[in-house]
Amino acid sequence: MYDLIIIGAGPAGITASVYAARKRIETLVVSQDIGGQTAWSGEIENYTGYQFITGPELASKFEEHMRQYKIALKENEAAVEVRKTGNFIKVKTDKGSYEAKTVIIASGKRSRELNVRGEKEFKNKGLTYCATCDGPLFAQKDVAVIGGGNSALDATLQLMKIAKHTYLINVNERLGGDAVMREKVEASSLVTVLNSCKVMAILGERFVTGVRIEKQGKEEMLQVQGIFVEIGLIPNADFAVDIEKNERQEIKVNSYNETNIPGIFAAGDVTDVPEKQIIIAAGEGSKAALSAFRYLVQHNF
Amino acid sequence: MQKNVKVYSTPTCPWCIRVKQFLTDNKIDFQNIDVGSDQAGAEEMVEKSGQMGVPVIDIEGEIIVGFDKERISKALGL
Repeated sequence: MYDLIIIGAGPAGITASVYAARKRIETLVVSQDIGGQTAWSGEIENYTGYQFITGPELASKFEEHMRQYKIALKENEAAVEVRKTGNFIKVKTDKGSYEAKTVIIASGKRSRELNVRGEKEFKNKGLTYCATCDGPLFAQKDVAVIGGGNSALDATLQLMKIAKHTYLINVNERLGGDAVMREKVEASSLVTVLNSCKVMAILGERFVTGVRIEKQGKEEMLQVQGIFVEIGLIPNADFAVDIEKNERQEIKVNSYNETNIPGIFAAGDVTDVPEKQIIIAAGEGSKAALSAFRYLVQHNF
Repeated sequence: MQKNVKVYSTPTCPWCIRVKQFLTDNKIDFQNIDVGSDQAGAEEMVEKSGQMGVPVIDIEGEIIVGFDKERISKALGL
């Protein structure tokens, strides 16, 4: 039996664990990965104290900080169910089952999927959700980026330096995202922007060979070897069945990071907190840990 | 004797960093192949694993895709 189980080890979960450790709360951290989306970020210039740091570096700073304390950590484990019965909360994962008096859900977000034919089949066979990771494998190949916001622009800018030609397939009439990035993409002869285009299917045999798109009711085929899906994020909150969420499936929290279930708190990108930023997630994590501490004291645990 | 370990990776992928960190922490020597700059290495990785995601770990012929700590530990007898 733990005092606190933290689900997730991104900026919110790690910060919560540090605050909990300093209050001498008996804590278990369960997470699929360490660093969360921070570890996948490129360059970070808005985390106070660092004028410039890369995502992987900041993530390892977070990890180092957490490992300063004796915090039980189960890495490579995904929560599958969180349920409160009586005074205690049971957290089931794909590898075990644990009990605690309080829980902080800080499981962040993951890439949204396209839900088209061929997507599952060709995942990691030319189709990927991480340009930073897999981009270098597509040197001198033709690729397509799907999306029209900042993450799609970021992927396109990375691929411009690697691939032979990049198609940017955007479902809207115009590209979104920051003007600085957009202008660079639009000015490049190595990129073709295809606005108002819908992806219909991913094509291939053993690996991706193309993508079928629809433009104004007309279908056409683009021959590409790589497809980078960058169409936004969804919360990792499927396991939180009894917990109230908003229309975007984000967990609803109040300013004390309380959910609708007493003893269960949530923090960071998985919640409906306005603005998803590393520094905000970290701050929310600390608040959630302090709220959990207060809850433990008030209930004489 | 330690098994022959190869890691196919890119410099920027977080899971690749974790795999390499895990091997280093456990004092396992390995050969790192940067598939971003080594085209032949990239083809070798695709051939061995039948897919294009990194990291791929080759432990004496056993191919593991991704940072699967348990399988890696088992293959290395940790």
